[in-house]
Formats: sequence, structure tokens, C-alpha cells
Amino acid sequence: MAILFALLIGVLTAIGVYLSLRAQTFPVVMGLTLLSYAVNLFLFGTGRLASNAAAVIEPHATYTDPLPQALVLTAIVIAFAMTAFVIVLALKTRAELGSDHVDGAADQPAPPTAAHKNTSC
Amino acid sequence: MSSLIAIVLLPFFGAPFVAWLGARWRPAAAGVAVLITLACLLLLGIAAWGADLSHAQVVSFSWIPLIGLDFAFRLDGLSLLFSGIILIIGLLIVIYAQYYLATEDSTARFFASLMLFMGAMLGIVLSENLIQLVIFWELTSLSSFLLISFWQHRQEARTGARMALTLTGLGGLALLGGVLLLGHVVGSYNLSVVLNAGEVVKASPLYLPILILILLGVFTKSAQFPFHFWLPNAMAAPTPVSAYLHSATMVKAGIFLLARFFPLLAGTEAWVILVGGAGLITFLLGAYTALFKHDLKGLLAYSTLSHLGLITLLMGFGTPLALVAGLFHLINHATFKASLFMVAGIVDHETGTRDMRRLGGLARHMPRTTLLAIIAASAMAGVPLLNGFLSKEMFFTEALDVSAGWGLPLLVTLGAVFSVAYSIRFIHDTFFGEPSPDLPTHIHEPPLMMRIPVMILVVACLAVGLAPALLVGGILNLSVSAALNAPAPIFSLALWHGFNTPLIMSMLAMFGGLVVYLARRPLTRWHEQSLGRLNAKTPYNFVLRALQLGSETLTHAFDQGRLQPMVFWTLTTTLAAGLIGFLHFSAAPLFGSDPQATPFDGITALGIIIMMGLALSIAFIHAQRLIALLVLSVIGLGVSLLFVRYSAPDLALTQLSVEVVTLILMLLALRYLPQTSPPDRAKRRRLDAFLASLIGAGAATLTYAMMSRDFASIAGYFLENSLSQGGGHNVVNVILVDFRGYDTFGEISVLALAALGIYALLQGIKLPPLTPPPIATARLAHPMLLQTASQLLLPMTLLFGAYILLRGHNAPGGGFIAGLIVASAILLQLITYGLPADGRALSAKAHGAIALGLLLALGTGLASIVLGYPFLTSTFTHIRLPLIGDVEVASAMMFDFGVFFVVMGTAILMLNRIIHLQAEEPHTVTTKEPH
Repeated sequence: MAILFALLIGVLTAIGVYLSLRAQTFPVVMGLTLLSYAVNLFLFGTGRLASNAAAVIEPHATYTDPLPQALVLTAIVIAFAMTAFVIVLALKTRAELGSDHVDGAADQPAPPTAAHKNTSC
Repeated sequence: MSSLIAIVLLPFFGAPFVAWLGARWRPAAAGVAVLITLACLLLLGIAAWGADLSHAQVVSFSWIPLIGLDFAFRLDGLSLLFSGIILIIGLLIVIYAQYYLATEDSTARFFASLMLFMGAMLGIVLSENLIQLVIFWELTSLSSFLLISFWQHRQEARTGARMALTLTGLGGLALLGGVLLLGHVVGSYNLSVVLNAGEVVKASPLYLPILILILLGVFTKSAQFPFHFWLPNAMAAPTPVSAYLHSATMVKAGIFLLARFFPLLAGTEAWVILVGGAGLITFLLGAYTALFKHDLKGLLAYSTLSHLGLITLLMGFGTPLALVAGLFHLINHATFKASLFMVAGIVDHETGTRDMRRLGGLARHMPRTTLLAIIAASAMAGVPLLNGFLSKEMFFTEALDVSAGWGLPLLVTLGAVFSVAYSIRFIHDTFFGEPSPDLPTHIHEPPLMMRIPVMILVVACLAVGLAPALLVGGILNLSVSAALNAPAPIFSLALWHGFNTPLIMSMLAMFGGLVVYLARRPLTRWHEQSLGRLNAKTPYNFVLRALQLGSETLTHAFDQGRLQPMVFWTLTTTLAAGLIGFLHFSAAPLFGSDPQATPFDGITALGIIIMMGLALSIAFIHAQRLIALLVLSVIGLGVSLLFVRYSAPDLALTQLSVEVVTLILMLLALRYLPQTSPPDRAKRRRLDAFLASLIGAGAATLTYAMMSRDFASIAGYFLENSLSQGGGHNVVNVILVDFRGYDTFGEISVLALAALGIYALLQGIKLPPLTPPPIATARLAHPMLLQTASQLLLPMTLLFGAYILLRGHNAPGGGFIAGLIVASAILLQLITYGLPADGRALSAKAHGAIALGLLLALGTGLASIVLGYPFLTSTFTHIRLPLIGDVEVASAMMFDFGVFFVVMGTAILMLNRIIHLQAEEPHTVTTKEPH
């Protein structure tokens, strides 16, 4: 099961990375969401995968590791706040610059000033 | 002894007061500065009076006891000598500056900076702890920067200040390195320990690095060759600053350090070569160049270099008697050079120029100042009966003593020849001879208060010259024995030592100086065509420009103002770092045998495979944003199912409610963004896909490597103590609100900040939606069925939220989940019933909820402090309620309430703000109908 779990994390990470390299803001936000899924699952995995072992104290029960769960719980909520912030940033970018490109302007080869400086230095 | 701390801190705490008062009433700045200086002098007197200074008096407080650092001060002969010079000359400078500064100069800023400098300088000389000494050392560089650039509108002031800061700052870093190495070798940063470890340090293989690093600090601060050139450029400062910082005190900090570390570092060959060599070159270079400077302050600056070089050379000799001569000359130089700078300031003040080619004949207009200047300049030249003569004789004696041949005495005499020549030039070209015709004619004596400080210093020159043993013998003896960390050698300070070689050298210097002065015109012509063209500033500027260009090039290579390449390179670097880790890993097989392997389960495996397929599909359909978003949220649901499957009910609940709120948020935002993305170039896509698959493979390998190994957890502690100490059955929740409550407190603060940030970002935003709502939706904006259902749902959801919140401590649930559930209930109302005309009311309530939540959480923490426990210690008790029975009440539940309010407020504030963007657009206003 661990192999499948690890593969899932690998796929989520790969797609997350791929999307976060896109040129528009919305795919980047989706990519970050996928990455946060992957990270949360990874953290969760550090406590191993146990069935029917919720960390709620009861007589005669086996328990899974509660610490990664506590870490992941706050991570989920923080990731939500981050997603919200980034998407609002994307909205703000569109409002201020009129474009949803990550650089705030349509895709150009390279700004001429930077290219000029590169060759002159 | 504790008054030592007051001496150092008083100027620091006084400085803001000086600035505050001086800004309101101009003369107050100098007045307060004088009072502070006097108070420090008084405190120094009290500290020194009763104390036995034959060994150091130390007062210390614990600073970082874990690594043996103390906040510690010491008073011994050496620090007494230096703090005396700093305070006495400081007092005179403050008085002088009050009359020197023009009415448009800000006295508040000037005197406040001066007080900062004085405090920092006192800190250096009174420090017992070496780290603390370096901190004060840096503070003098900073305050010197402020003072050199006092006339900020002048280009040369800004350049000079920057150059001084660059060099002394770099030196300060080197010094810190040296001190850290020293502390490492000795095992302590306290001078009392370090000074007794001379043998250990000299025997250590780190001796040479320590010496070189400390000397870099010393040479930059005391403007020794090859770092000398900042000092002449620092002359752009107001003259009182030049007199105080750049001749009497700050540049002596380097000398102080040489004397301080004398028993530790002196006496080796490296010391003699490095210290002596730099001193000799600076001595000669300064004396030679001073003659050809036409600016009065320029001449004095190079003369200061030369005298600093002289003292450094004496230190370099490394003998106890040379140390005596060096410290004696240091006192003398401080008196005559400060007074000469003040004279230069007076001339500038009265005539408007400092150019000796234009000046002349001032003796007729200001005879008293002329007399003072002549005495001070004679002391500088080393004329008998004055203090400069005595220390120069001692210098000659030492030079003769240490050298075998005639080379060194000859060079030393040559330096003295030039110093006589420039002293004559200073007096003759300024006060005698013919003035330039364009000079103003109505020149008169300066105000008395400007002359009095000069007078006091000149009288000191004379008095010390006549009765040296009586006036400075005692303090010199004390300071030398403190510097040596041993009894001082027997020395005699007398006017007449008989007709000996040093006297002959003095006479040679006098005569030679006169000759050189008379031949100055052809010499100047020759100098300006040959050596005068060399300038240490040129390589400095070259290095600086090269550094700047280099860093710009490097920055531009990576940062072209485009996000995609930057993300790409960041990820590539991460991948490379991870790869290096993998390749270097050889301790054990990468994958373990997995003794506690989770048994295979077909349904879960199918679910995981579906999730992978969905995730992969997003890579291809992400341009169709709405569909991609829906697929994404299905994956989110899958994640929460995984949490359910593997015993994490709390996580599943949280993930589910977060998923709902996130989906609503992204759907709302998507209305204002294009519905599709333009396709990328194929090459870019392939490259990105390649990098992404490598990183994905890395993540999968890492995960499996981690999960297949032996598993040892600290979970036992939490499972055992959750019920007995945290009073809750739900261990995850107890960890959140109790064991790691402090972390959770930080996390809810982050949430609150994010919500406020979003609120602020969207304030006043103008954003027309890209897609007008379809007509059908406008008509069906608030469908009846949904309205009815949500009316029923609201009380139930709220009740459920309350239930989840209350049971959180003992069963899956808690503040995070309850907050999200309640928020989504309220959002459902917003969606079904349309928006209130003014969204601000709800926002204000959400603000209130966030504040209430934070206060509740903080209050719970503070309550435990009030009760005498550490922050956020929790307690619990059992209450027997009628009907319900035994109820466990933990104070951590209060904390969970705080979490609940923050999470709920945050979610509502964020979404309400985005929903409200719609209300501002004309389309939806029409759809608002009465319900």
C-alpha cells in the first residue's frame, strides 16, 4: 500500500510542479493546491497508514500516531489561507495590470532592458 | 563600579533627548550634550576615585549565560586614560561646535549623533566582553557615517561617509572574525581571562589568522596603509567632527586595541613586521603628503595619518618602553591635533576658505588665535618645552634601541623633517605672508567661546611639556601597566635627557624641515607631476565598481523580472540539492523491509489509482479552467477519503470543509479571470514536464524510503498523557490546543493576518467580470427550492457546528472544523438569498469574530501566567450537570473557542469580500429582489 501511496504523492507533486510553472495565475494557484495535497499526505504518511486506529482514547484500542495528524490539520487550514491569499493576489493583478499573466504582462521573449544589461555586463 | 554602565548608557539614552529638545529649542541640544558629558565625567571620577586601579575593576551581568556571554564592563588604567580623553575632548568639542555650526544646520541632529558616537566610543574602551566590544566598535562606524555625512546635500560628504563606512565596516567584520577565533582558542570572551592567555594564543596555530583579522580591524579604523585613504575623504565632515572623531578619538580606537591586545599578540616576528611595517609606511606617507595639501584640513588629515602611523610603529616595536612612548604620544597628539583642527575651523568660519594658497596675513586680524595656533603647531613639530617634543624624543630613542643599523633612524628622522616642514607651512601660509586679494578684509577674532576650548588644549600642551611627570606620569604608569597586564617598566618623563642622539635627530629634523619648507615650491611642482598622481582611491573605486557590476550581472542572469524562469531555476536547484543527498547516501539501503507494512486493500488502491489518473488529466485539461477546478476538487475529496480510510477522522472533517470553502472561493474568483489559458510553447511544456516528472519521482522515492523503514514514534507520550494531563480523549485535538498550543496560537494569528491582507488587497478594487452572467442564471439567481432547503439547513448546521466544537476535545471535531462548518452555513445563506446591500456589516462582524478569537486564545494563555504557570498551561475539572451527567471541562476548550472564532471569522471575511466584488458591479444589482 505504501508504494501506491508514495506514487500518488509523486504524481500530485509532479502535476503541482508542472502547473506552478505555467504562465497564467489560475493554473499556478491550482498547482499550489495540488502541491499542498502532496505535502499534507507526505506529512500524514510519516505516521504510517493504520486502519481502524483513530487516536481517540478508548478502552482496549490500538492507536495511530496522532502527532502528524495534528501537524497536517493546521497545515490544511494554513494552506487554505494561502490559496485564498494567492487567488486574491491574482485578482488584484488582473485589476491593476489588466492581465492574468504571472509577470503582469503578456508573454514576451524577455524585457529589452534586462537583455541589454545582460550583454553589456 | 556599576556606575561604569551608566557612563556608557547615559550618552545613548541622552541622544534621543538631545534630538527631541534640540528640535524645539536650538541651544538646548548643546546644553544637554554638555550636561551629559559632564555627568559622565563625574561618574568616571567616582568610579576611578575609590577603586584600586592597579588591577582591573570588572562589573558584569548575565547576557547569554548558555554560551558564557556576559554584558560586562571593566575599568583599568588603559580604559581610564581613553575614556578621559573621550570625555574631556568631547566636552570641549561640544562647546566649540555650538558656535561653529551655522544657523541652518540642525543642532539637534548633530549633537544627538555626537552623543551616540561618544557612547559607542566609551563602550569600546570600557568593555570587558570582546563581543560587546565589537558591537560598540561597529556603532562608532555607524555614528561616524552619520557625522561625516552631516551636510547631506554635499556630494563629497556623502561619498566620504560611504567610503569610511565601507572600509571601517569591512574591518569591523574582520575584527569580529578575529575575536571569535580568539574566543575559540582561549575559551572565553572576557578580557580578564583572555589577557592572561598570551602564551596559549601565541602557541596556537590560529595565531596568525587571529592577528591578521584583528589587524584588519585596527588598520581600517586607525587609517593605516593601505586603508588610509578614507580619512582624508572623511574631512568633508564638519570640523568639530574631524577634530573629535578623525583625530582625537575614533581613529585611536585601533591604537587602543593594539594596546589592549599587547600582552596577547605582541612580541612575535609577524607582529613586528605587520604592525611596524604598516605604521612606518603610514608615518612617512602621511608626513610627505601633508606638505603638499593646500587645504588646511587636508594637511591636518595627512598629518593625523602620519602621527597615527608613528604610534602604530611604536606599538609595532613591541617593547614595553615603546608602549609607554606610544600612549604618551597618543595623549599629546589628541591635545595638539584637536586644537589645530579647531583653529582650521576658526579660519574657515571667519574667512570662508581653508585654501592656504589664498590665505595669509591673518596674524594681523586675529593675533590671539595666531598665538594659540603657533604653540599647537610647534607641539606638532616637536619643538622643545612642548609635549610633542617629549614624546617625539622618546620615539627617536625607541627607534634607535630596536634597530641594529641606521636605516630605521634615518627614515624616522626623514618623517620628522616633513612634519616640521608642514607645521611651518600651516602657520606661515595661513597667518603670515600676503593674503589673496579676493579674501574678505573685515576678518576678526572668533567668539570667545570658540577660542576657549583651543586655549584649554594649548595650555595642556604647554603644561605637559613643562611638567610631564607631574601631570601625566601617574595615568601613563597606570595605563601602561594595564596594557601590559604586568607592572609598567621604569621610565622617566623629563624635559632634559642630556645631549644625546635623539636630541641630534630632533635638531636635524628642525633644520631639515626649515630647508624643505623653503624649497616647497619646486618640491610641490615635482610632487604634483609624479607621486601626486597616484591615488589609493582609484583602486578602491575600481574594486567597488567591479563588485557592483559583478553582482548586477549575476542578479540579472537569474532575475529577468520573469516568474517562470525563476521558479524553474529554484526548483532545479532544489532537485539538485535533493539529488546530491540521494547520491551521498550510503549508510543503509534506501528502502527498508517495512515490517509493519499496511496490508493491500483493493478498493483503496482503486481509489488511489483514480486520483492519480485525475491528477494527470489536469495537466492536459488545465486550460479549461472550470473543468480543471472541478477535477481538482474531486482529488481533494479523495484526499479526505484517504484520511478517513487511515484513521484520521479529524483530518478528513477538516479537509472536507476546507474543500467546500476553497471550491466556492475559486469559483467566485474564476468569474473575474479568463476561462481558458492560452497554450504554452511546446518546448517550454516539454522542459517543464521533464523537470516536474523528475521532482515527482524524487518525492515518490523519498516517501517510499521513509515509509518502508523502521518506525519509531514519540506518539506514546501524547497517547499516555492526553487524558491524564490534557483532560481530553481526542489526542489530535489535545495536541493542538494543549501540548502544542503555542504553535496553534501562531497559526491562528497567521490566519487572521491572511484574512486582513485579503481584505486590504481587495479594498477599492475595480474589476469587471470577464464573463457576464448568463440570462438564465440571472433569473434563477435565488431558486425557491434552494432557499427553502437552506432555511431548514441553517439552524441544523449551526447546531451541528456547536456540537462539533464542544465534542472536539473528546471526539473528532474541534475549533478548526466547527469554524469552517459554521462559515459554510453562513455562506450558503449569502448565496441563496443574495447579498445584503452593504457587505460591510458582515465584514465588521467577521473582524469582530477574529479579534474575539485571538483575545480568547491569548486570554487563556495569560490566565495561566496569572495563576503562576507557563503561558498556555491548561487545566481541567469534572462538573456534574443535571440530565447530562459527568462533564469534563478543560481550560484548553476556551482556547479551542478562540480557534473557532478566528477560523470562522477568517473564512467569512475572505469570502464575503470576494462575493462583495459582485455587488459592486452593475449586472447583479438588478437581480437584487425582495425575498
